[in-house]
Amino acid sequence: MKVLDATRPGKAPAAPAPRRRAARPRIAPLVGIVLAALAAEIVPRTGLIAGDALPPLSSVLAELGRQAGDAALWEALGRTVRTWAVGLVVAVVAGVVVGVLIGLVPILRAITASTVEFLRPIPSVALIPAVILVFGTGFESGVVLIVYAGFWQVLVQVLYGVQDIDPVAHDTARSYRFSVWGRVRYVIWPTALPFVFTGIRLAASVALVLAITGELVIGTPGIGQLISVAQSSGATTEMFALVLVTGVLGVLVNTGFRYAERAVLGWHPSVRRSAGAR
Amino acid sequence: MTDMVSVKGLNKVYESAGRRVEAIGDITFSVARGEFACIVGPSGAGKTTLLKCLAGLLTPTAGEVLLDGVPVTGPPPGMAVVFQEYGRSLFPWKTVRQNIDLPLRQKKLPRAERDRLVTDSLGAVGLADAGDAYPWQLSGGMQQRVAIARAVAYEPQVLLMDEPFAAVDAQTRADLEDLVRSLWRSLGITTLFVTHDIDEAVYLGERVLVLSASPTCVLDDVPIGLPAERDQVTSRSTSAFAELRTRVHRGIQDAKAGRRTSGAAA
Amino acid sequence: MNILNFLRRVLYALGLPAALVALWWVTSVNSTSYYFPPLPDVLDQFGRLWLAGRFADDVVPSLVRLLTGFLVSAVIGVALGVALGLTDVLRRGAEPVLEFLRALPPTVLVPVIAIVAGIGDGAKILVIVSGCVWPVLLNTVEGVRAADDVMIDTCRTYGITRGARLRHMVLPAAAPQIAAGLRQALSIGLILMVIGEMFAATNGLGFSIVQFQRTFAIPQMWSGIILLGLIGFALSALFTVVEKRVLGWYLGLRESQKRNG
Repeated sequence: MKVLDATRPGKAPAAPAPRRRAARPRIAPLVGIVLAALAAEIVPRTGLIAGDALPPLSSVLAELGRQAGDAALWEALGRTVRTWAVGLVVAVVAGVVVGVLIGLVPILRAITASTVEFLRPIPSVALIPAVILVFGTGFESGVVLIVYAGFWQVLVQVLYGVQDIDPVAHDTARSYRFSVWGRVRYVIWPTALPFVFTGIRLAASVALVLAITGELVIGTPGIGQLISVAQSSGATTEMFALVLVTGVLGVLVNTGFRYAERAVLGWHPSVRRSAGAR
Repeated sequence: MTDMVSVKGLNKVYESAGRRVEAIGDITFSVARGEFACIVGPSGAGKTTLLKCLAGLLTPTAGEVLLDGVPVTGPPPGMAVVFQEYGRSLFPWKTVRQNIDLPLRQKKLPRAERDRLVTDSLGAVGLADAGDAYPWQLSGGMQQRVAIARAVAYEPQVLLMDEPFAAVDAQTRADLEDLVRSLWRSLGITTLFVTHDIDEAVYLGERVLVLSASPTCVLDDVPIGLPAERDQVTSRSTSAFAELRTRVHRGIQDAKAGRRTSGAAA
Repeated sequence: MNILNFLRRVLYALGLPAALVALWWVTSVNSTSYYFPPLPDVLDQFGRLWLAGRFADDVVPSLVRLLTGFLVSAVIGVALGVALGLTDVLRRGAEPVLEFLRALPPTVLVPVIAIVAGIGDGAKILVIVSGCVWPVLLNTVEGVRAADDVMIDTCRTYGITRGARLRHMVLPAAAPQIAAGLRQALSIGLILMVIGEMFAATNGLGFSIVQFQRTFAIPQMWSGIILLGLIGFALSALFTVVEKRVLGWYLGLRESQKRNG
């Protein structure tokens, strides 16, 4: 409570609020990381959880170092990223095109609303057995799962975005007799862009989850499959090293898309507003 | 008679990385029990900072605030505040009655007593029928009435109001001014009313304190000798009103121009 | 006029789904394709399998795991989220670790948890919690931190502190954001329920569907996929109903803000 009060010194329009936060050294995140690392090292050594099944962090990191010199890891990583990228591109393109189309035509929107609401919450992993039967255990299976899951993320955001269009801007465009293409290009697209980006960012992390899940369950070559193999052959340390890799991959995808969003939309009022608010 | 609120050598400096802004230079004044004082100053005069120091929401850098002789170190129990941003001060997830009731529950008042206070205060601000509505279902002026009712029901020794009518339209504003004036006359709560509007300050107060630009000090202390019974049309058109307004106005102009000739001509 | 309006809305809501089902029916009814059996066969299996014995043996255990995991995640996520949201030092310390845990694809924890906790019900629930807790936690932190300055000052001046402040101000103010986190958690939970059961289990919906696929019981498999879809839809609809009730004030507030520009 004290800390909260210290960082919220009340608003004083005349004078800038003191920001003690900036003055303090950024030590807390480091302490957090060190504490987490120590826990990951010590807890497995004590054998409190799951006996000696858990490897300490140091041996996981050593294993990771060994694997990094092995071409197999990089090849698997490449395959996973390829599945992810192809699925994501298809999902984004399909989501944007269908979303703008549905958003532009009110009757289409009215007709499809219930179907979108119905299909969206269906878990894509439910399709795994069917996908295996139809597409086999190859690269395509993963792509299909990603496209299904990512498509809805993008579509729904695009629909929000088109809905968000300022009626005044829209009427202005109509009164100046913009063509349909002109309206899409100069009114709808700029307004919807931040929403599209949110959709892409969400789809990117969902796509990574599904790429790895597909490999894990279906057995398509990639990081997920290596984890599955390591688990069934009892190579626990190797498995943890691979899990660590997927986490790093996830952080890269999340932060990468967040930065890209800020870089591309830096001019947009919605981004500037939220940057100023915090 | 002792002073209800007394401010001695108040100074407030905001410090941040490499920057030091003196919002309040040196403020000393006191308000008698049951008095209605308005505090007026140009925009950027540190009015809100002063009010927050009075309310115990900010700790002054130097000097002290006494409430009924007791130093204020945190929000004191006998003080109620009406903020300008009614929309952000009322809880949107609670009904009007619940909003007024919550501070009373913290005072551990018995149920029947709370019900009576809520009903009475709603009646006093003319919202007897709106108790079960949510704040966002009401107009801006009505929401500010709810905030006033909450303050009145709290039965404070001192009522602080921070530009409470800056965000409502002119007609509503006049109605609310008359409401505050009549509540003060019937309840006799010591009231400090912060505003940037000179006419409002003269119309409402028994006394107007004029603040300088930042770093703030008190430029002028104007006793308002208008009759207690005031009226939006007739009171504002009297020559006494015009003279007072001119005096306050000149003080503000001087403050804006950066002159700080402490015209303590009171 | 009103009746016409109503009819039009019903037509809009049901038209396309009905047309799609009809299309599926017509194109599949004479299907000889092994993988795409006629829809009537699938529906026949649906009635036979899921409305009879398997409902209690497979569907109920799955749903119990899902709901338990979801509730545990909600409690842990909100409690930790409030603590981190109110304590700046804790939050900044935990941020990088949380960032990593959130980015970890939740399904890779399925084999990890199998090692630590085995393959019993507890392990299945742990799998669900390990994925569901993050969206709840992170959204709670954001919601708590976004508390309004004026509202905080209001609480302080009126002596609303500690427990009362948490109950009457912090939690309700963060509720819309918490609900957004819970909604994400629900869909992640459903996915993890299925994956957990596909990976190693002796009963449950995910287990059954994989069994059908491995034994090439294709109409049965499709009926299971349809059931999963229906469950996903039903849970999401149920969530919306509850959300509308609990957050009625928020929807009203937003509506009134929109009206007033």
